[in-house]
Amino acid sequence: MLRLEDMKITQGGFHLRADFEVSQGARVAVIGPSGAGKSTLLGAIAGFVPHAGRITWRGDPLAKDPGARPVSILFQDNNLFPHLSAAENVALGLKPSLRLSAPERARVHDALARVGLDGMGNRRPAELSGGQQSRVALARTLIRARPLLLLDEPFAALGPALKAEMLALVAEIVAETGATLLMVSHDVADARAICDETSLVAGGVAHAPQPTGALLDDPPPELRAYLG
Amino acid sequence: MTQARVLTLVFASVVALWLLALNFGAVGAVALRAEGLTGLRASDWAAVRFTLLQALLSALLSVALAIPVARALARRRFIGRGLLITLMGAPFILPTLVAVLGLLAVFGRSGLVNDVLGLVGLGPVNIYGLHGVVLAHVFYNLPLAVRIILQGWAAIPSERMRLAVSLGFSPTDRLRHLEAPMLREVAPGAFLLVFLICLTSFAVALALGGGPRATTVELAIYQAFRFDFDMGRAAALALVQFGLCLGAGVLALRVALPSGLGGGLDRPLPRMDYRARAIWGDGVLIALAALFLLVPLALIVLRGAPHLVSLPAPVWQATMRSLWVALGATVLTLSFALVLAHAILALPRFGAAALEWLGLAALAASPLVIGTGLFLILRPIADPRDMALAVTMLVNAGLALPFALRLILPALRDVAATQGRLATSIGLHGAARFRLVTLPRLRRPMGFAAGLTAALSMGDLGVILLFADAERATLPMQLYRLMQAYRQDDAAGAALLLLLASLALFWAFDKWGRSDATA
Amino acid sequence: MKSPLFAAAILGLATSAQAQTLTVIAPDYFGSEWGPGPAIKEGFEARCGTCTLNFRTGDVMSRLQLEGARLDGDVVIGLNTDTTLRARETGLFVPHGQPLAALTLPIDWADDTFLPFNWGYNAWVYDKTRVKNPPTSFADLITREDISLIWQDPRSSSAGLALLLWVDQLYGEDAADVWAALSERTVTVTAGWSEAYGLFTEGEADMVLSYATSPAYHIVAEEDDSKAAAIFSEGHYLTAEVAGVLSGTENPGLAADFMAYILSPEFQQMIAYGNWSYPSALPREDWPEVMRDLPYPDTALFYSETQAEERRVPALDLWLEGMTR
Repeated sequence: MLRLEDMKITQGGFHLRADFEVSQGARVAVIGPSGAGKSTLLGAIAGFVPHAGRITWRGDPLAKDPGARPVSILFQDNNLFPHLSAAENVALGLKPSLRLSAPERARVHDALARVGLDGMGNRRPAELSGGQQSRVALARTLIRARPLLLLDEPFAALGPALKAEMLALVAEIVAETGATLLMVSHDVADARAICDETSLVAGGVAHAPQPTGALLDDPPPELRAYLG
Repeated sequence: MTQARVLTLVFASVVALWLLALNFGAVGAVALRAEGLTGLRASDWAAVRFTLLQALLSALLSVALAIPVARALARRRFIGRGLLITLMGAPFILPTLVAVLGLLAVFGRSGLVNDVLGLVGLGPVNIYGLHGVVLAHVFYNLPLAVRIILQGWAAIPSERMRLAVSLGFSPTDRLRHLEAPMLREVAPGAFLLVFLICLTSFAVALALGGGPRATTVELAIYQAFRFDFDMGRAAALALVQFGLCLGAGVLALRVALPSGLGGGLDRPLPRMDYRARAIWGDGVLIALAALFLLVPLALIVLRGAPHLVSLPAPVWQATMRSLWVALGATVLTLSFALVLAHAILALPRFGAAALEWLGLAALAASPLVIGTGLFLILRPIADPRDMALAVTMLVNAGLALPFALRLILPALRDVAATQGRLATSIGLHGAARFRLVTLPRLRRPMGFAAGLTAALSMGDLGVILLFADAERATLPMQLYRLMQAYRQDDAAGAALLLLLASLALFWAFDKWGRSDATA
Repeated sequence: MKSPLFAAAILGLATSAQAQTLTVIAPDYFGSEWGPGPAIKEGFEARCGTCTLNFRTGDVMSRLQLEGARLDGDVVIGLNTDTTLRARETGLFVPHGQPLAALTLPIDWADDTFLPFNWGYNAWVYDKTRVKNPPTSFADLITREDISLIWQDPRSSSAGLALLLWVDQLYGEDAADVWAALSERTVTVTAGWSEAYGLFTEGEADMVLSYATSPAYHIVAEEDDSKAAAIFSEGHYLTAEVAGVLSGTENPGLAADFMAYILSPEFQQMIAYGNWSYPSALPREDWPEVMRDLPYPDTALFYSETQAEERRVPALDLWLEGMTR
């Protein structure tokens, strides 16, 4: 269980409060107007944004080092190192030193195959399409197998069909690994598609997740204002 | 072709002509006057060997030491960090005369180090000789190397750092995936720059070499002029020096590889490292580097402070003159660098490469030959004294151009690569494009380049000695005259004044460049 | 042509020179506000009435070499006897027209082109508080392994060149051995006199190559009598500084006046303090007391400009050989 206990983020004139729990294995969409603090919320959980209050996972406070947290995060862009091959980018999730044993190399190979990139391991990101780049990043989260997966709109630049494909892949990965998912989205259809719960971030508050269907069918005033 | 493009190429041709005159016309004039080149002697080849050896050692050591120091500075944030970085840059902009005095106060026979060693019954350590020359060159160039490599660290896109942190990279992983590729790109350039600076070293080798074993090529040129009155040999030696520099440049370009780290959106991100031991190590490294670079400066300050207020009027007048020369040279250098950089991007590959090399060529030129050559060229036209300050300004601009170009060109390439299409697509051209798109992104390197030029120009003694007389003396020339006249107290005061003025100029321009941190 | 000018100069009657400007080309230290220049200007302008004396400073030898006939001036001052042949060969000088009888140098002087205005003996200067038993001869210095030395590079410094010729005159072809021995005790070899002397006073070495008159500076300017010159039994190398009239002068009368002024007691008294060197036309008993009281070498060693020119390059080769051995 992920708990945000009386968490407060202050950056200049920006404020965000959060005080809620996310149950293990939940799939939570994070929606809200631009600039409300969706990415900031994920950044705080990932360890990049200083905050007051506590964030705990299974009762323990999270480590200070983002890399030591039980978290995989995909950013809006720049999720791959452009000078490393696809396979190397995936392998970073296993061992950043890239000194892999034969079984480990096999796992990287399997992960690439699992996301549909069989045989493309030697390509550099620049030689891959946008969708393929996303697949590499997802393959890495698969192989890292952290219990918390945070997606900060990594598929925003993809076309609708491609995005749907990616979301389906995410759903499969989460189902396989049992990971808890927090996913920022601008599109309520995404939320409906794969998230059973939705958290609204608006007016300086990140609200506790609600069942997606109920929330979207009967939106509170802030959400209504956002949905228009 | 747009009007702006035509103008750029016209201005670039003017700058290129000046650089040709400076770098090659001067040697030509000297050779012409001597009615040809004279063959070199055995001792000249010994000078070539020593020059290469000391430059190689100096550059290797400077870069090798700069990497850990820059790394420590890159990942630490502490109060006074900016000030420390500025102060640590001071030795590079220090006039050699002053720098050597500061070093001797620390490492000389009666300096601090030997005083301490004497207390524990050791020593004395002798600073004179090859190791003294290398020590002085490292003192001089470590700040430059640190700044270049620090910029390399700053240029690693914050997105990559963020990704690295989120994947739990250890310091070793970070070194391998982020820092090593960056260093592969940046370090050869830093090495080349330091190597070239040391290749044309004159005053340091003369002051600390300890004798004729430590003769550099530039020193041999001086001997050819002053002892042998053999301008043909001076010109021949200048060409040898040029060849050495060219060879080094070609080698360094082969070693340097693009890092492939790509561009980012410059998102601000606090750098993090969570190991207490690393913090300790960084602290010790920064402290050691600061001690090495700042103690000699502190001794110059202590020695000069009591005599600063009582400096004679001519010193203050010279200071004003030097400030004007420095500001003029700065304006010229920045204009030259911007014009050349734009032209390099506008030209096809061969022309661009030729222009870039020409812009860097002054690093290889001998200041002595440049001064003499210009004198010979200008003498039939007018009284050199009347042109002393203008010539100093122009020569300083040419000599500082390699630094400015190296700073500005990559940044401009970056702007063109990342925002060129966007700007073109919305029809942004000419002055508006420069002001709105280019300038904000060039501000940092421009500020740094301006600071460097102003400070170097402030402290340069090069050509002015041949051209000016007492009424037109600059501050370094006045300092030199005070030392010649054995006015040691006034000289100490003037050295401090020069140090302060150089540093203030550098600080002011560099601050301007960094004042808009989000740009 | 010569004698009327000469007579006019002697009598100070060169009225045609009035309201004219005399341009004197001089080394930088000479014309600076801290050198002898200002006093010379004042003294000469007072003598001639309404004329003006302007110094044009810079490296004199380079100016002669680079500018040749374009050199814009009347008189050159501050050339050194070791390099006057080079200056003479430019053909830019005319006879100075002054009588040489008044000269008091310890060597014969018969040069009608260059007129000496002061001179000096090269000497090793030490600090009496640190060197208790200074060497008494060059031979002694060579064997004294306890004494560290700083001196000037003969390729860039006139003092260094004088040392080169001094050793050449004493040791000839054996000079390389002398340099090898000296190099073991040499802290450093500097570009110029001021660097070497500065390092010495900062305590970097026991002895520095300078002039026998250097202690006078410390006594007068700093009230410090701890510095002394070691007087060597073999004798000391002598260099004189000279002035000459440029053939391109537009004020030959005024130039002749200036050359006459150089030999005047007023100039001669002043140059001792102004340039810390021996006056060239003043009997020793008339020298300033501080200079008269300094230890004075018995023997003058001297190379004429032709000898100096001949020996310069071979001596330098021996120096290089010995120093890099």
